[in-house]
Amino acid sequence: MGLSYAVRREFEYTLSPQDVISDPVRCRAYECDGLTGYRVIPDLVLLPRTAEQVASAVRVCAEHGIPFVARGAGTGLSGGALPVADGVVISLARLKRVLEVDPVNRRAVVEPGVTNLEITKAAAPHGLYYAPDPSSQQVCTIGGNVAENSGGAHCLKYGFTTNHVLSVEVVLADGSVVTLGSDTGEQLGPDLRGTFLGSEGTLGITTKITVRLLRTPESVRTLLADFPSIAAAGDVVSDVVAAGIVPAAVEMMDTLAIEAAEEAVHAGYTVGVPAALVVELDGPTEECDVQFEQVKQICERHGCTRLHIAGSPEERAAIWRGRKAAFAAVGRISPDYFVQDGVVPRTRLAEVLDRIAGMGADAGLRVANVFHAGDGNLHPLVLYSAAAGETERAEKLSGEIAELCVEMGGSLSGEHGIGTDKACSMPKMFTEDDLAVMRRVRGAFDPRGLCNPGKVLPTPRLCGERPGKYKPHPLEESGVIERL
Amino acid sequence: MTTPAGSAETNLPQTGPSSFDERRPPEPELLADCVHCGFCLPTCPTYQLWGEEMDSPRGRIYLMDLASKGEIALDGPFTEHIDACLGCMACVTACPSGVQYDRLLESVRPQIERNVPREPGDALFRKAIFALFPYRRRLRLAALPGALYQRLRRIPAVSRMASKLPGRLAAMESLLPPVSVRDAFAGLPVHTPAAGQRRGRVALLSGCVQDVFFHRVNVATVRVLAAEGYDVLVPRGQQCCGALELHAGREDPALTRAKRTIADFEGLAAEYFVTNVAGCGSSMKEYGHLLADDPAWAERAAAFSAKVRDVHEVLAEGEPRASRHPVRGRVAYHDACHLGHAQKVRAQPRAVLRSIPGVELVDLPEAELCCGSAGIYNMIAPDAAAELGARKAENVRSVTPDVIVTANPGCLLQIGKHLGKDIPLLHPVQLLDASIRGVPIPRT
Repeated sequence: MGLSYAVRREFEYTLSPQDVISDPVRCRAYECDGLTGYRVIPDLVLLPRTAEQVASAVRVCAEHGIPFVARGAGTGLSGGALPVADGVVISLARLKRVLEVDPVNRRAVVEPGVTNLEITKAAAPHGLYYAPDPSSQQVCTIGGNVAENSGGAHCLKYGFTTNHVLSVEVVLADGSVVTLGSDTGEQLGPDLRGTFLGSEGTLGITTKITVRLLRTPESVRTLLADFPSIAAAGDVVSDVVAAGIVPAAVEMMDTLAIEAAEEAVHAGYTVGVPAALVVELDGPTEECDVQFEQVKQICERHGCTRLHIAGSPEERAAIWRGRKAAFAAVGRISPDYFVQDGVVPRTRLAEVLDRIAGMGADAGLRVANVFHAGDGNLHPLVLYSAAAGETERAEKLSGEIAELCVEMGGSLSGEHGIGTDKACSMPKMFTEDDLAVMRRVRGAFDPRGLCNPGKVLPTPRLCGERPGKYKPHPLEESGVIERL
Repeated sequence: MTTPAGSAETNLPQTGPSSFDERRPPEPELLADCVHCGFCLPTCPTYQLWGEEMDSPRGRIYLMDLASKGEIALDGPFTEHIDACLGCMACVTACPSGVQYDRLLESVRPQIERNVPREPGDALFRKAIFALFPYRRRLRLAALPGALYQRLRRIPAVSRMASKLPGRLAAMESLLPPVSVRDAFAGLPVHTPAAGQRRGRVALLSGCVQDVFFHRVNVATVRVLAAEGYDVLVPRGQQCCGALELHAGREDPALTRAKRTIADFEGLAAEYFVTNVAGCGSSMKEYGHLLADDPAWAERAAAFSAKVRDVHEVLAEGEPRASRHPVRGRVAYHDACHLGHAQKVRAQPRAVLRSIPGVELVDLPEAELCCGSAGIYNMIAPDAAAELGARKAENVRSVTPDVIVTANPGCLLQIGKHLGKDIPLLHPVQLLDASIRGVPIPRT
């Protein structure tokens, strides 16, 4: 069990002894990411300082057949950075330099440990910013964003991480270094950059990322509107889109989420209302103003009970702080909760939310909803108390909600990823053929399965299939194969 | 299909008896508040420096939880990572879940002091610090050779010798503020009447380090409060409030000092007990919580804490009264961690500074990041403190201020050390004092 002393020395020689954590107590701090329900203690944690060191470390892994897991800030909510037993964690936290900001070509070259928000901070003096904005943008790293193809509130208008990453330098599972994509956004041959984006660390480790920067919009208008029902707020979303308006963001929160967010940041949300929408428009001032009027009218038409327009950048920031802190803030109103992530067609939002409310009532549990309404990406939070023995009921409810999303013609995950958490649910959405193709792609990049094994793709061991009574395979029965 | 993201605590099984002793261990409910979201990482100075999970608030809370579940021992890595925390409480500000890391650290540090033997050298160094700093008289005695030494240091041979001091001693040496023997021994008047109609009466904590090394700040504080209409009492015989010891986990001596301070102040006919030191204010506001389990003191401590105010809170409470002369220039305000993060006093010092005509107030980039002073931290962990100090100095220079102000002696010393002498470094009340009196702002 465990990696040998010789292997540890080899890592220490490749990096430096201070950059290798082997003490079991220290390693335990890395045993889980943002999803604490799954824990595995890694044998070693490596903290390289340069891209070259990452490649060297991976080469040592390849040589000895050691599985490795890349980790950024450890904020993922699907267990994507869960360590592997007898494996190593490669932390990219020390690769945090912004290497270049090229305002003329509107690009930035960054290391993977740079946080999402740091890119925008580095670009801001040039009137530029990095568009995808996960709620955890102040802490999550761009490397993790690439792995998860992260979304965020403003992805409705601007697209996801994959739409803003031009190229990535990748250390493959054998330790070789390749660049996928190109700085111009054009490339020959198959779209390997696109394949890599969102592969959840199973195809390699990024060590350098070239991102696209956008011009900071001339005008940004933000409103916060309260509604007497979730259905009314949902109808506003549909009508806004039907009117040909593409808002920068449309976010919805329900009573419980509002209560938690308001308690955390005092941003001026109305506690007690059934639903609140945050609608943001950006672009040229004239266009913004005209569309903002339209949005206001649509809100009023659907019985909006209060319309608060952010009058200053500070007020706008406060509204967003409330929305972005909502997940973690739910910790204030419930001892425990499950975070769910699913997608439904926008037109069925109200219907799905109604069903979720019914399911919650049946289970006797509260469900808080906070989500990217514009693209139908739900984040139901199932609140429970482990101390009161509600865990099992809550887990079941949360699972049923995800299945409901698939049933409604949606998807298992919008942006948190499959990771460890939902790997076993993949067959609910994909056929065996689909999964076989995915496995072959993964095998082409990493034939030995050393790179973040056990994530995304279901395996019998992972998904709880126990060796049971012998059942003859159909091919055995038909005499094509025989078991020895 | 989904697993709990709601709580780190409830997921960890209790595998053995807690590694903490029974005297105020970290409360399981407080540990359970952490949802492991990581929002604290970017504001944590040690995570910024080293990028290691164990040296982040989330990691430290996780280790506390493991210790509480009996999974890991207190000695070794656990103590190392808790020791490495500056106690700046930036994580408390950043946390969306309302985790009370301040309370957790406050209960864990004494556990370490009680249960983990320190290496002889480390123990001796800490003992020396606490045998000197909280004592005004000893500090004054130390100030004499200090002043002499600072003159001697101008001699090249002496400064060469100083450069050969080992790390921690070198850190102490280089922090030594310019010592004025006259200031070190000067006292404050016991009673200073309000100018004009009286608004109220306050009692001032003159402090230990503050009164010896930053006596001018105390003088300015008394003058400003009086000018703004407050009678100022400075009780004789008052001693250190215990903040340095409290923040280092030396609970028993800290509690003794807390009781003594309460006894010195509680009988005074004053509406507020005022301090101009961020660290002292945060510990004095904690007395009520610290002594809550002591039946003889709980009520007295709570009553005392309720009356504690930072000087800026008092000054910002009413409209400015004394007329101000303009002070023209860019003034950078540095939020001392124990004022901004621990006491959440951010707006008041800014309001006080804005009341001075001509002041152009600027904020620092990375304002939430500690300067590395952190009580005794820059003496016990000089390398980390130096990196943070240099980073703070760079951030200060980036806004090209004419003067920088902050409300904590530790920050003044630490930033001064890394910034050099070209930018005057003052307590905000010194600036206000100069404005009210119409005199040039002092250089120190």
